[in-house]
Amino acid sequence: MSDETKAEKFLEIFNKGKEFTEELLRENQRLRYRLLALENEHSSGPSEEVTRLREQIAHLTDENRRIQQRFREVEEENKDFANRYIEIEEQNNNLANLYVASYQLHSTLDFREVIQIVQEIIINLVGAESFAILLLDEKTNELKAIAYEGEDTMPGVESISTRLGEGVLGTVAKTGESYYINQDVEGGAITLEKPLAAVPLKIKEHVIGLIVIYRLLQQKDAFSAVDYELFSLLAAHAATAIFSSKLYSQSERKLNTIQSFLDLLTTTP
Amino acid sequence: MENANFLVVEDSPTMRQLISFSLKRFKNAKIIEAVDGVDALKKLSGPDRIDLILTDINMPVMDGLKLVSLVRQNAQLKNIPIIIITTEGAEEDRERGLALGANAYISKPIQSSHLIKTISELLSV
Repeated sequence: MSDETKAEKFLEIFNKGKEFTEELLRENQRLRYRLLALENEHSSGPSEEVTRLREQIAHLTDENRRIQQRFREVEEENKDFANRYIEIEEQNNNLANLYVASYQLHSTLDFREVIQIVQEIIINLVGAESFAILLLDEKTNELKAIAYEGEDTMPGVESISTRLGEGVLGTVAKTGESYYINQDVEGGAITLEKPLAAVPLKIKEHVIGLIVIYRLLQQKDAFSAVDYELFSLLAAHAATAIFSSKLYSQSERKLNTIQSFLDLLTTTP
Repeated sequence: MENANFLVVEDSPTMRQLISFSLKRFKNAKIIEAVDGVDALKKLSGPDRIDLILTDINMPVMDGLKLVSLVRQNAQLKNIPIIIITTEGAEEDRERGLALGANAYISKPIQSSHLIKTISELLSV
């Protein structure tokens, strides 16, 4: 190969190298621009999509917080409803007791049956183990036991007798005000003269007798709210039931006497 | 529990009415009343299917404990749930009642809600 040919060849290679170098420089320049553009893009803040997603997360977080708050509120409401339900159940139970007691008291005009019903109410609904029902003899002003229960735990209950105005029982009969002992405060033993409760049997302001309670059933610690309602009911309804049954039996007796007298008159020749 | 037939064994009309009043909470409940153990056995041999017995202890003619004992010995009646409802609140009375075969023992004065809960538990088994 001649020198001239070698020079041409070298020049050709040199030119190609130059073109390649220029191309590399251009590509480098292009990439620099691209890099700069990307850097600008990132430094100018997040894209719209990222912004939208961030807003959505914030919205969902807020909604989650509100739902949790509502859940707590509903839970509180549920507790209130549960407590209210228990209260209504109790009221329902109390009303049933009062209804049954009232219904039974006026279900008969037989004096012994009325007394029996009053006893049943005191035992089964109030839960008394030892008690007495006293009636006032208006001629002698004396209160006497006509029915009783629990003489083994309260000896003497069967023969209680007291005069109007004397002692706790006589005072209750005279004033018409119920007597309840608060053992936590007053303490002391229950005696025939100092019972757990003494409830006057009243027709309006007229006292016809007393219910005296000495001892509650083993499983019952103290009087409950419904017991005081029952005492109020007994004070009025038992009094009218006892009074009307007494009147009825007296009128029956008188009717029988008159009938016998008439029979005697009509059959006598 | 719907359409259940209850046998209430009580000598006290007041308690019979009060228990029956509570049992009306069960839809279409039929309440059959008996005044003592002998009367209860008659009602148990009658045409009505009895799903649950509620009995007092202290009753004339035949008491509740004897009734529980006889029901548990009878092949046809022995699986009927029995609840004793009584004024006897001592632990030994409770143990005695349950030992004879009663399923539950409730002391008077009764709480309607407690009675309903006890019955629901016994009848859902």
